[in-house]
Amino acid sequence: MGGIPHDHYEPKSGGEKWLHSRLPVVGLLYDTIMIPTPKNLNWMWIWGIVLTFCLALQIITGIVLVMHYTPHVDFAFSSVEHIMRNVNGGYMLRYMHMNGASLFFVAVYAHIFRGLYYGSYKAPREITWIIGMLIYLLMMGTAFMGYVLPWGQMSFWGATVITGLFGAIPFIGEGIQTWLLGGPAVDNATLNRFFSLHYLLPFVIAGLVIVHIWAFHTTGNNNPTGVEVRRGSKAEAEKDTVPFWPYFVIKDLFALGVILAVFFAIVGFMPNYLGHPDNYIEANPLATPAHIVPEWYFLPFYAILRAFTSDVWIVMFFEWITGGIIDAKFFGVLAMFGAIAVMALAPWLDTSKVRSGRYRPMFKWWFALLVVDFIFLMWLGAMPAEEPYASLSLIGSAYWFGYFLVILPLLGVIEKPDPIPATIEDDFDAHYPAKSSGDAAAAPAE
Amino acid sequence: MFKKLVLGAALALAPAAGFAAGAYETHVENIPFSFDGPFGAFDQNQLQRGLQVYTEVCAACHGLQYVPFRTLSSESGPGLPEDQVRAYAADNFEVFDVVLDDFRPAVETDHFPGSNLETAPDLSLMAKARAGFHGPYGTGINQLLKGIGGPDYIASLLMGYTGKEKEEAGVVLYENTAFQGGWISMAPPLSDELVEFADGHANDLHHMAVDVASFLMWTAEPKMMARKQAGFVGVLMLTILSVLLYLVNKKLWAPIKRKEVDL
Repeated sequence: MGGIPHDHYEPKSGGEKWLHSRLPVVGLLYDTIMIPTPKNLNWMWIWGIVLTFCLALQIITGIVLVMHYTPHVDFAFSSVEHIMRNVNGGYMLRYMHMNGASLFFVAVYAHIFRGLYYGSYKAPREITWIIGMLIYLLMMGTAFMGYVLPWGQMSFWGATVITGLFGAIPFIGEGIQTWLLGGPAVDNATLNRFFSLHYLLPFVIAGLVIVHIWAFHTTGNNNPTGVEVRRGSKAEAEKDTVPFWPYFVIKDLFALGVILAVFFAIVGFMPNYLGHPDNYIEANPLATPAHIVPEWYFLPFYAILRAFTSDVWIVMFFEWITGGIIDAKFFGVLAMFGAIAVMALAPWLDTSKVRSGRYRPMFKWWFALLVVDFIFLMWLGAMPAEEPYASLSLIGSAYWFGYFLVILPLLGVIEKPDPIPATIEDDFDAHYPAKSSGDAAAAPAE
Repeated sequence: MFKKLVLGAALALAPAAGFAAGAYETHVENIPFSFDGPFGAFDQNQLQRGLQVYTEVCAACHGLQYVPFRTLSSESGPGLPEDQVRAYAADNFEVFDVVLDDFRPAVETDHFPGSNLETAPDLSLMAKARAGFHGPYGTGINQLLKGIGGPDYIASLLMGYTGKEKEEAGVVLYENTAFQGGWISMAPPLSDELVEFADGHANDLHHMAVDVASFLMWTAEPKMMARKQAGFVGVLMLTILSVLLYLVNKKLWAPIKRKEVDL
């Protein structure tokens, strides 16, 4: 690993040397786990471990579930009931897998917003950010396809609505939709390919996670100050950092323990809280549920999808200028994917020289508003498409795009940042003063 | 097609904020079931009474296709002795045997039959397929204490008939205050003293409705007791682990943070 100077693995015994000269795998693990990590990381830096845990949890529970699941429209629903009733511990596997998806998204949203506030996406960490966005997109695809597998009413109708989005693409949309579904409608072919991909994509995610980690191990972690670790010498770097093991491993495991206690309370005491009752009714292509609702983690983007109706001026403008090629429903689809695209482009849209939001007095407020906007959109995604929700969704969507496309570029020019600490050590010492500076109560870590 | 779907989807509400379609105000009463809350447990006698109500009344039309007879002997369920389960299956149900190409009396490894009537939904999962409560403020968090509301919905439905009837397209509909839209095609299935319990337990409408609702919660979630216990053990162990990790972390970081920790 390049970047911050630190001690490397030295093979000592004959066996170690023998292995190291042939396959330096121990050295690789050593360098990975002992990476110098800024010692001022706060509690928002724990989500990476939580996410890694979630991926492992989902893959392990998922592999066992597959041993008992049947991907066929006639048997999928009853095979899930078989898991719930007859498989030893099957109910636990399935409830953990089901709620594990929600934990995964709680963690990924916390992780993303952490990155957005502390400017973790800025140079030189753009690749880490882009890989992260790819992982997030794959997570959404995987979660969506996984939700189809139990073959309940919401599985079926959710799949019908979402694959219908691709049908909105002009000229080629219907072809793409048919290709995705493997037929004219959601049916056995759809279930089978979703099952196949739902099993494949997590391993693609695992591969990208390795690249994600590789990338930020090359650049070094960001930290709450956004100030880079000093790299002049090993001694200098050691003033700013501590090794990942044991300091952050233990800290992160503690956080994971607390989060998992809450997770187990939900799995044990209210496992269906985040699900929809309709998914306990077997899929029926002839009966449309009264309300088709995506899972909670899709709601903000679902709200953006629905916000752009044909009576919105910008939609009418685009429909007019493109001669009707971009109609309201295609515009909605573009807006939904665009909402994620603008987030992915944040490294190039943010013009501020200062990395961390902590030293950006104006940015702080706009960022807080973005968090509120996200939660607001999530709520709106769950509301019926009628006034006042339609207009509110439009306002919420406008702010989402405005933040990335207007506010981030402008703030870098008009904002006067606060003074930044010279080094990470200075910041850390300000929180945890040296003994000589008296008994002043140390400020708690953020 | 797509427009219609989006419209349907657009009318969607979060599970936490579901509401009854149409103008009809439905009402689901919160019934204090023995299995509500993290420490609630099934009442075995109640499940047995509920099984009897199901067998004598509901089974005429409604199936329980996901429930194997053998599970009736489950300790955390109705807990019938195994010979009773065998007798119960054989005396009450016939299943189609593909090998015999004919019907034969059910054995304990069979499942309950499906519904006899096409319009009567299978009841195996009904207690989880209906939402009861959504509060406070539409978050639905109160299901932690009140239960998921499905059995409350079932009991409310069974007790929700007002006595009014109307005929629509040749079908008689009955007004029901718990049913979406207010009119249900199922005639009131239960009435006072319809089922006679061997132990002389109260058999008014309310008691029977609550008993059968409890039984249907068990058919929908037969592993509820094991699940809650696993949850409890999990939370307890993780809490202990977290406390230990907290102390380790504090001690570990003390020299870095220049703090003194007595541990």
